[in-house]
Amino acid sequence: MDDRVILRVGAKILIPFILLFALYVQFHGDFGPGGGFQAGVIFAAGFILYALVYGLGTAKRALPPTAVYVCAAAGVLIYAGVGYLTMALGGEFLAYNVLRHDPEHGQELGILLVELGVLVTVFGSMVAIFYAFAGRRKVQT
Amino acid sequence: MIELVDVALLLLLSVTALAIVRQQNLFAAVMMAGIYSVLSAGLFVVMDAVDVAFTEAAVGAGISTVLMLGTLALVGHSEHKPKHRPILPLLVVVLTGGVLVYGTLDMPPFGDPANPIHHHVAPHYLEESEHEIGVPNVVTSVLASYRGYDTMGETTVIFAAAVGVLLLLARGPGPRRVLVNGLWTTVAREEEPPELEADEAPATEDDEPKEDDDG
Amino acid sequence: MIGLGLFNYWVVIFLMMVGFYTLIARGNLVKKIIGLNIFQTSVFILYITMGKIAGGTAPIFVQGEQEVVYSNPIPHVLILTAIVVGVATSALGLSLVVRINEAFGTIEEDEIEDTAL
Repeated sequence: MDDRVILRVGAKILIPFILLFALYVQFHGDFGPGGGFQAGVIFAAGFILYALVYGLGTAKRALPPTAVYVCAAAGVLIYAGVGYLTMALGGEFLAYNVLRHDPEHGQELGILLVELGVLVTVFGSMVAIFYAFAGRRKVQT
Repeated sequence: MIELVDVALLLLLSVTALAIVRQQNLFAAVMMAGIYSVLSAGLFVVMDAVDVAFTEAAVGAGISTVLMLGTLALVGHSEHKPKHRPILPLLVVVLTGGVLVYGTLDMPPFGDPANPIHHHVAPHYLEESEHEIGVPNVVTSVLASYRGYDTMGETTVIFAAAVGVLLLLARGPGPRRVLVNGLWTTVAREEEPPELEADEAPATEDDEPKEDDDG
Repeated sequence: MIGLGLFNYWVVIFLMMVGFYTLIARGNLVKKIIGLNIFQTSVFILYITMGKIAGGTAPIFVQGEQEVVYSNPIPHVLILTAIVVGVATSALGLSLVVRINEAFGTIEEDEIEDTAL
């Protein structure tokens, strides 16, 4: 029996719950502790755990590096995009009040979109940094 | 009662910090830095900063530890003994600490509601956040709405850090250059190992076996 | 809580100085970055300690209660940003250490100085 079988089975059971917990933290950031940063880091931690247990090559097939780099950039675009959207709708930059018919609903929608942008960028950046460190070959000096 | 928890956590933090300074095995030092982060997350909970505790535990004890272990797998585990006695750094540190303590003598006592920090913008946020934004978590409403511009800058900083790390590390190591007679010259490396197979990961032998963030 | 006076601040200054000492007195580059992290985290503790109100609770509105004292949310927001910026700095510092190791063969400061003459 492979001596890593406990690790593999344990990770296989835990990783879906880690990812689900990250989404829970993201969407309940309005009502309790949480928000984009924590959720992004936990989401990245799920993928990093997968890479640590199953190997970097397998993880890169599951989540290609190109997708990760696109995620890292897309989050900043989403955030700034919300700002430009509010400007196009007549308000100032990042004035969420104009997003819906009602200022309070506009604020909630604005906060939701903006935290989504933060989640995507933090996830992409953390996984990209991990791929860079783990994929570096050790040099004999 | 809560003062006891506060004092106990601060003492544990001090002991951990002193142990990190004296530790020569870098692997142990990185693990203790993770312990330091988790203890400070506990202290943040005692100080009612639950969002900050969450972030510190996830980022400090999670991502930071993984990155440092990845670095240790690439550079080696132990630290050389210091060669000369560190008199000058000790002097600088004691002097700076003395000046800072002298600076805090002017501060209002800890926890007093009449402190000036609580009387300018904070009451406005706490009172208006319910009507203007409607989100129960005041930290989220301040972060994403009242100070949304700062958060955009922060997101850009994270992205810039990822770009910086990719620029430095994403390509494999280049040709080896050594200093010969004052000039940098290119020297052939030994045969490079082939591209990573499916389950080879150079940094796995040192990294922590499990990251448990939902416990 | 008020009975603690300035004790919290002094312990935090001690932690800051321990981190600062690690940063300037140790020659190993990874140890320096660990010391920088200790320094940063103790600064966060200082800020958050300033925002605490005795008898307060976390700044999340409780439904229906009127007479609740909430701790100051502004330091929390500032420190959230600072934590993430801190990990970004550490990641960049560590990647520089990896490159330095490949170029000089060592990460001890005095050996690098001897090589780079």
